[in-house]
Amino acid sequence: MAVVGVLALQGSYNEHISALRRIGVKGVEVRKPDQLQGLDSLIIPGGESTTMAKLANYHNLFPALREFVGTGKPVWGTCAGLIFLANKAIGQKSGGQELIGGLDCTVHRNFFGSQVRSFETELSVPMLADKEGGSPTCRGVFIRAPAILEVGSDVEILADCPVPAGTPSITITSGEGVEEEVYSKDRVIVAVRQGNILATAFHPELTSDSRWHRLFLDMDKESHAKAFSALSLSTSSRDAEGRLNPRPLDLPIFE
Amino acid sequence: MASDGVVALYGNNNNAVVEPSSKPAAATFSVKVGLAQMLRGGVIMDVVTADQARLAEEAGACAVMALERVPADIRAQGGVARMSDPALIRDIKRAVTIPVMAKARIGHFVEAQILEAVGVDYVDESEVLTLADDAHHINKHNFRVPFVCGCRDLGEALRRIREGAAMIRTKGEAGTGNVVEAVRHVRSVMGAVRALRNMDDDEVFSYAKQIAAPYDLVMQTKQLGRLPVVQFAAGGVATPADAALMMQLGCDGVFVGSGIFKSGDPARRARAIVQAVTHYSDPEILADVSAGLGEAMVGINLSDPNVERFAARSQ
Repeated sequence: MAVVGVLALQGSYNEHISALRRIGVKGVEVRKPDQLQGLDSLIIPGGESTTMAKLANYHNLFPALREFVGTGKPVWGTCAGLIFLANKAIGQKSGGQELIGGLDCTVHRNFFGSQVRSFETELSVPMLADKEGGSPTCRGVFIRAPAILEVGSDVEILADCPVPAGTPSITITSGEGVEEEVYSKDRVIVAVRQGNILATAFHPELTSDSRWHRLFLDMDKESHAKAFSALSLSTSSRDAEGRLNPRPLDLPIFE
Repeated sequence: MASDGVVALYGNNNNAVVEPSSKPAAATFSVKVGLAQMLRGGVIMDVVTADQARLAEEAGACAVMALERVPADIRAQGGVARMSDPALIRDIKRAVTIPVMAKARIGHFVEAQILEAVGVDYVDESEVLTLADDAHHINKHNFRVPFVCGCRDLGEALRRIREGAAMIRTKGEAGTGNVVEAVRHVRSVMGAVRALRNMDDDEVFSYAKQIAAPYDLVMQTKQLGRLPVVQFAAGGVATPADAALMMQLGCDGVFVGSGIFKSGDPARRARAIVQAVTHYSDPEILADVSAGLGEAMVGINLSDPNVERFAARSQ
């Protein structure tokens, strides 16, 4: 069976490991470079990206993480993880922070503003429903969330969402803040895939909908070419889990 | 874990019982708990200036608490401790990208309204400030901004959660540099949860009455095997070892108040405590980061009867 690593420096790594356990997969915590050995795929959880970058630096994790992404093994970043995987991030602390890179896009670190502007919404996700069954929408929990402003041509857009009314106008300062432009579109990208890199600005690990985790594991299987039959999640059982209630009582999830 | 067996929390479903309809639907309880979940495994540091906030961010704090005086100074200077100047909070918000928290007095819902208007990410309804209402806490369901509250035992924690707190911290004894009270409070909560897990369902009614907590939350805690919100340690943490101790006792993260900026080398100590919380179960790393930190803050012996107990200010 595939071994899924979860970067456990800070943030919602416990939630990811519980979400994996719910679909019968073991997640292992990764805190040091040598713990990346032997992993088939890696999840970078939500959390404070600044904090996670600092901690990764203290233990010299960035080269190992870049190498891991470079091998083409599946990597999934949620929220802070999305920022880590982006080639370019704006709206960072002064002096910036180190990124892993690999995903061809520009991310705004705190697009939706402070916590009073955090929200949850139903996202339209036809691709996810197509591959994993269930309803054509999923519940997106956005916590001081980033958003993807631009993507490269290789990047597949899996979900976008309307920019909530009252979001402070986002000024895109590139480089030294010389050229400024205001983000004017009324929708913003929140989930993308490029090859074996999956990234979401919201937190599937905070909901009971495990389709994103399944999608990620299926990427893993695709990348191995030969099918792992260990994950015996039959199509019928997935359909049965197709959620009828618009808002299940699933939070908070702890284990 | 069967999520359908879990008893509902206020504001956790569509027909929210408490949240007035004038509020945008977005401020759900899960969004409030969500930010706390993102802070798990992190350190939240008390800061009094924008420079200190930057230092904390640089060290890897996952959030800062904006204050006018750290608890050790509140203790030393006495008088009435109130909410910080909103100008100071705005300064600190501008200085850093990590979440900024601020303290309101217990029961002072107007201070909380002001903090919400300033745009802080979390409000700490704190016993470290002087009480504004000695009988009631803030009705935290009325706010979009999430709240963290202190507790000494399971009953107190669940009472705060019922009032709308989306995060719980131990009270400990702030500003003393003495971790004994925080350990007592964590052990009390964890021990009660363990006892509750082994309890017969029929006994829970009486137990809820005994600890003066709402039955549904007691039952939810029993089913989850932990508090239904994120639980941090606070009050007296001064060294990396203290922080790792709180993590090994089962906390999700640590608040450090006076411990950092009242010590000899704040930058180094801050960084060491951040690392100690991430690698809390790795004694070799703990030994490395604990070495050569300079002087820790001066502790206060809690057996001295003249020391005021902040933790006993509210129930």
